[in-house]
Amino acid sequence: MTTLASVFERARSEGRAALIGYLPAGFPTKEGGIAAATAMVEAGCDVIEIGLPYSDPLMDGPTIQDAVHRSLSNGTRIADVLRTVEGVAATGAATLVMTYWNPIDRYGADRFARALADAGGAGTITPDLTPEEAAPWREASAGAGIDTVFLVAPSSTDERIQAVAECCTGFVYAASLMGVTGARETVSSAAESLVKRTRAHTELPVCVGLGVGTGAQAAEVAGYADGVIVGSAFIRRLLDAPDEATGLAAVRELAAELAKGVRA
Amino acid sequence: MTTSNAPAEGALITAADFAGGGPHGDDPDIRGKFGIFGGRYVPEALIPALDEVARTYEEAKRDPEFLREFDHLLRTYAGRPTTLTDVPRFSEQAGGARIVLKREDLTHTGAHKINNVIGQALLTKRLGKTRVIAETGAGQHGVATATAAALLGLECVIYMGAVDCERQALNVARMKLLGATVVPVHNGSKTLKDAINEAFRDWVTNVDHTHYLFGTVAGPHPFPEIVRDFARIIGVEARRQMLELTGRLPDAVCAAVGGGSNAIGIFHAFIGDEGVRLHGYEAAGHGLESGEHALTLTAGSVGVLHGARTYVLQDDEGQTIESHSISAGLDYPGVGPEHAWLKDSGRATYHGVTDDEAMQAFSLLARTEGIIPAIESSHALAGALKLGRELGPEATILVNLSGRGDKDMGTAMKYFNL
Repeated sequence: MTTLASVFERARSEGRAALIGYLPAGFPTKEGGIAAATAMVEAGCDVIEIGLPYSDPLMDGPTIQDAVHRSLSNGTRIADVLRTVEGVAATGAATLVMTYWNPIDRYGADRFARALADAGGAGTITPDLTPEEAAPWREASAGAGIDTVFLVAPSSTDERIQAVAECCTGFVYAASLMGVTGARETVSSAAESLVKRTRAHTELPVCVGLGVGTGAQAAEVAGYADGVIVGSAFIRRLLDAPDEATGLAAVRELAAELAKGVRA
Repeated sequence: MTTSNAPAEGALITAADFAGGGPHGDDPDIRGKFGIFGGRYVPEALIPALDEVARTYEEAKRDPEFLREFDHLLRTYAGRPTTLTDVPRFSEQAGGARIVLKREDLTHTGAHKINNVIGQALLTKRLGKTRVIAETGAGQHGVATATAAALLGLECVIYMGAVDCERQALNVARMKLLGATVVPVHNGSKTLKDAINEAFRDWVTNVDHTHYLFGTVAGPHPFPEIVRDFARIIGVEARRQMLELTGRLPDAVCAAVGGGSNAIGIFHAFIGDEGVRLHGYEAAGHGLESGEHALTLTAGSVGVLHGARTYVLQDDEGQTIESHSISAGLDYPGVGPEHAWLKDSGRATYHGVTDDEAMQAFSLLARTEGIIPAIESSHALAGALKLGRELGPEATILVNLSGRGDKDMGTAMKYFNL
């Protein structure tokens, strides 16, 4: 398993930010999702977040909602998510699962943590799990040797940032704006100051997500963050493609553009 | 108590009613937990806003001026206190038990939702926010929110599942007439749960000037507590009125449960009264076996939905299962965490009432008493009929008639071929 620590160490030694790509499992198809993530890794993604499709994704914008809905309609189950993690981890990328809390809660925290570690997963990002409710998951993850990433937001007070950062291992996810997932015309100016404020509370890498979708934006964010997270823009390429091969090529092209961006 | 803190003459509700720490120790703890239920499972971005709402509410409920304003609007705008009505002809079908209705259907906008909405609209002003958003299922909470927004000059956006927009078209028109923007939600099951998701997405984006005027006792802390406290007037009045009318407390209190606000509203004043049974009635839709129901407490399992740990209709991997009910207001796969807690503690019991049973009670109350109830409330009426036969003719049963049935005429016309 490739760990987050080793990814950020390598990026740092190369004097660049890490590139983190997101795709929900089972999208566009179960096999197609693994192929797309593999293409993203081959074109320069250091970390892949595999989304666990959930029926009520309340912090996701229309693009991810659409992909998740298709994935669930394809019959994606947790076993498929773990299979996807296994396939993607085999490429050598650090592979995370991004999921709302209820599926893990229902599956069983210890059981999920062990299964994810067995599949070669490096950890999780849990966007609706706050420090107050995170103890069972942190314990299960520590037991299985996987990382726990939580989010800070522009609205977070310094006290909250401190509390969230204390729960994180691997990196801290800084949500660049107040809003849901989805590519935007410009990256919110709130992102840079949030990264700065977060650094005051942690030695961990700080990565920025929400609203990043182009090479230029990746370069801008890489100027102040340790990692750049891109999700909806990849999904958009797959949704807009007339067939799977075109989609794969488009995803590969975007990953290459972003990889260049984080190295600019 | 100093003179300035004294409630207005004959106040409907006083600071004591908001003081919490009641006989059952029934306020959530610091993390918003009722036992293992409740809490906050939301994006971190919303935590400061939830903290701000909680803080502002804590101040407001101790502020005599806020309580006076709330009391004044309940009295002069919502039409409180609402009366109790004895329904002897209806009661004949309940084994002769005496059924008494708490007439929330007589409030302005025609349902109990107005109580919470007035309280939270005042809170919105106090928060210094200019825009309210809300979710709605049957449209009653949407109409109430649009009403209070019009009254207090707030911008108002209502999220409503596209399916619900269709089956409650009259309420959509009412909201528009009241100046609200109604946004049909086409995601997921296109019903209440998806409207809530969409409202949360709006809130996280516009939180600096927007209050999410949550409509039921579900959602993240502090909503279950705030909505309960503003709906609590129902039980506070009813308890007093029952003592006046019958000289004693009822043997049982019945209410319909979707998210659970009308039920908590009437139950809460009776929680410390050990001899009073509390019965909640969920929508059994086409029956438990059909899989088409909203039996969250009676057939669901513990999980997390819309920011709180509670009972949820979910599959073995935690995906929410779509609920079904002929009543849009009960068509919800989650339930307020305090109900989950009342269920597990045994203080309240919850049962299912099918679409057919509810519609029979709906029609029976109309024919025997000249009152057309909301289909939501008809679930409680159907429950009371069964309970009356069980408890016998000596029993007195208080039923929360949470809303009136005008909005349901389309459904009734179809169901009864009128």
